[in-house]
Amino acid sequence: MKKIIGYGSAWTVMPGDTLNVMVSTYGPDRFRANLVRVICGNDDPDLDIYREEEIAAPFAGEYPGRDQLTVAGSYVTIPSSPLMTGLGSFTVQAWVFPTTPEKGAQGLIANWDDATASGFALTIDDSGAAAMRLGDGSGGTVEVTTGKSLAKRRWHLVSAAYDAAAAALTVSQDFIGPQFEASTSASATGAVGFTPAMGSAQPLIMAAMPATHPAGRPGASHFFNGKLDRPRLVGSALNLADSAALGWDALPHERDTSVVAAWDFSRDIGGATVIDAGPNGLHGRVVNLPSRAVKGFNWSGTEQNWRHAPQEYGAIHFHDDDLYDAEWDTDFSYEIPADLRSGVYAVRLRADDDEWYVTFFVRPPRGTATAKLAFLASTATYMAYSNIQWTWQEHFGEVAECYWTTMEPGEVFLQEHAEYGLSTYDTHSDGSGVRYASRLRPVSQMGPKTAPVWNINADTHILGWLEERGIEYDVITDEDLHNEGVALLEQYSAVVTGAHPEYYTTPMWDGLRTYLARGGRMAYLGGNGFIWRCAMSDAMPGVIELRRAEDGIRYRDEEPGEYYMEFNGEYGGLWRRLGMAPQALCGVGTVAVGFDVSGYYIRKEASFDARAGFIFEGIGDDEVIGNFGFFAGGASGTEIDAADPMLGTPPHTLILATSEGHSANTMIVPDEIGLNHSAMGGDQNPDVRADMTFFETPGGGAVFSVGSIAWPGSLPHNGYDNNVSRVSENVLRRFVDDAPFAMPDG
Amino acid sequence: MYEIDPSRTDLIEEFDQNPGGPHSPELALVVNRLRLMPMEERIIIVCTKRHVEWTLAKMPKVRGAKLEYYDDLVFDDYYAATKKVFRIRWQAVTGVAPA
Ligand SMILES: [Fe+2]
Repeated sequence: MKKIIGYGSAWTVMPGDTLNVMVSTYGPDRFRANLVRVICGNDDPDLDIYREEEIAAPFAGEYPGRDQLTVAGSYVTIPSSPLMTGLGSFTVQAWVFPTTPEKGAQGLIANWDDATASGFALTIDDSGAAAMRLGDGSGGTVEVTTGKSLAKRRWHLVSAAYDAAAAALTVSQDFIGPQFEASTSASATGAVGFTPAMGSAQPLIMAAMPATHPAGRPGASHFFNGKLDRPRLVGSALNLADSAALGWDALPHERDTSVVAAWDFSRDIGGATVIDAGPNGLHGRVVNLPSRAVKGFNWSGTEQNWRHAPQEYGAIHFHDDDLYDAEWDTDFSYEIPADLRSGVYAVRLRADDDEWYVTFFVRPPRGTATAKLAFLASTATYMAYSNIQWTWQEHFGEVAECYWTTMEPGEVFLQEHAEYGLSTYDTHSDGSGVRYASRLRPVSQMGPKTAPVWNINADTHILGWLEERGIEYDVITDEDLHNEGVALLEQYSAVVTGAHPEYYTTPMWDGLRTYLARGGRMAYLGGNGFIWRCAMSDAMPGVIELRRAEDGIRYRDEEPGEYYMEFNGEYGGLWRRLGMAPQALCGVGTVAVGFDVSGYYIRKEASFDARAGFIFEGIGDDEVIGNFGFFAGGASGTEIDAADPMLGTPPHTLILATSEGHSANTMIVPDEIGLNHSAMGGDQNPDVRADMTFFETPGGGAVFSVGSIAWPGSLPHNGYDNNVSRVSENVLRRFVDDAPFAMPDG
Repeated sequence: MYEIDPSRTDLIEEFDQNPGGPHSPELALVVNRLRLMPMEERIIIVCTKRHVEWTLAKMPKVRGAKLEYYDDLVFDDYYAATKKVFRIRWQAVTGVAPA
């Protein structure tokens, strides 16, 4: 259904930067590219609010279309070495925890060249058993299999030894922990009727088989699902007892002088390199972001933090649907001109009757601002959600969303093209949760005219409104905030968030708090904000890591013992569980979620306090606020937040208004409850509500929060002339006025 | 577990009146029952032309597989598509075709 897709080398750029644009067509042999400024991306014909503005750019024009290759699946690659290709007798081994042994042939450790049948390949064969292959260099092979499937999600020591003198190949699998379960240990020996050709030109690949893709691009195939730990290569044929002893030994080259390589995955956790702790330094790297900082075969449970016991976290979990960088070739580049105003832009790609937007954010040059207000685009959250497939792949998706599965063209495309990877809401093909989500690949929801209207497209309700009301703004992003901290925000008198700033790294959180404490202002025009701590990596830019520890709306369970993030060693999960709830940052935090009906706000006594006078100018005393809007008919809905002094809402916070009108299907979130009970829904539970709050900071700053994702969807109502628009504008106009706010009783 | 009484055709009428919900407690039970059918047996809606056309389809069992479209079940109104999905699933669950 999709005929053209693409992505850019960055989501955030500034004048002088170069954006590379990668495009792939499915069918059409030509496409057209143009630059547009995105003003409002919601193209619902009943609303008539869609706005984009075509802008001249040197790259605009026609290009030849082509189908660019994407291969998902993570693995380790080690450059070929004479130390591997010159082996006579040898042993290769690793601890193996297969999560889909039934899947068919999967590579474990292979220096195999299929074209010539040379090298070796330790694999899981079609029957799920450990197997080892050798070749004669001219198409002849011998393969020995244990003939017994490995047990799913259990550790085994898998070894293969070639004894040149005996012309014999032995392969074995040793099941660890047979106390309660039948052992799957097995071994087999076969004769090798030729002198193996070890001169593979391929790199040594772990968790897959080496492969050469079209155009000579090196890569891999036959991806393994599961964990590997302590892969080792030894220049002698070890018997089973010696092989087992070596496998348990943390310093194998001290035990056996013939050790060629002893890779230690517990080294450089958080990086892309794979360290050989043995005597030859045959280092390599991981490809496509397998999961590191995972429990090893020897995990004892005494430590939950990999930094405290790295030797027990020496495994890597590989998945056949991991994807970091699609690595497409660039079709054209765009140098951001000095006079391009800050804003949300897109390269609009068109082929036949289809189109795709490669969206990016242009910020002002570092250290400068061109407006008093910054729109902080929630790019960490956009990444977390990128290519989400949960709604149509989860059994309870329909009853969660209160809908009949309805797939948009972009979603059908993702369903039919598994190679574009998953979001942090999804589950890998082996049932484990997805922890990484990258922007270095086509992301189907990342632009205007996408549905469901969420993330960037929902946030353009705010952009369209700012334009309509003549409020000048710059655009900055989460990635900029992560990299530059408070210095980025201090260029501005005020910051306005998007509808859903859910994911925050620690530098983002600290930067925002410091900004507000020093006199900055924030209008949080969204809901479900500041919920999850995530991480970004300098070593692997363009991706967020998330561990959904403990609690919250997790969509999937997190693996016990793996709550500490790989990128930075921080404990993952809800900010609330880290002792810093969103209520302490912005006054409110998430209490309920529901999608079938949205509510509206009723003014509270505090809204008549003189401190809040500017917010309600032009609003009637009894006026119901936001009983209209794009998201289920109201301004309070989808995901809503409330104040809670116990969780840190500052004591001088004014609770200006509270929402009503929520349905039975708008239910308290897991973070808020200690047990399920029979009054979870908004039809009965008084805690299901959004609070609109305001407080000042001693530094002259202020924070206004609406606590609802639906709020910006009400801004365009009635030609942007309505009380949601009015309240929002009252707040922003005052927030960009540099006159300091005073604390009450100050 | 709640099972649908196929003689309660009044609930089909009630759904037709307000397919977008919220529904009465009884109809909400029916709707949830139909939404909890096994994934691989579900008939779903695909937006085949943005804001203009919706086609019913069968969800494939695995990722990467193509959807199977019902080219005779094409709608120019989203709620008309949901009413058809409701009826198809009702029949699948109760064994009784709604009128
Ligand atoms: Fe969310």
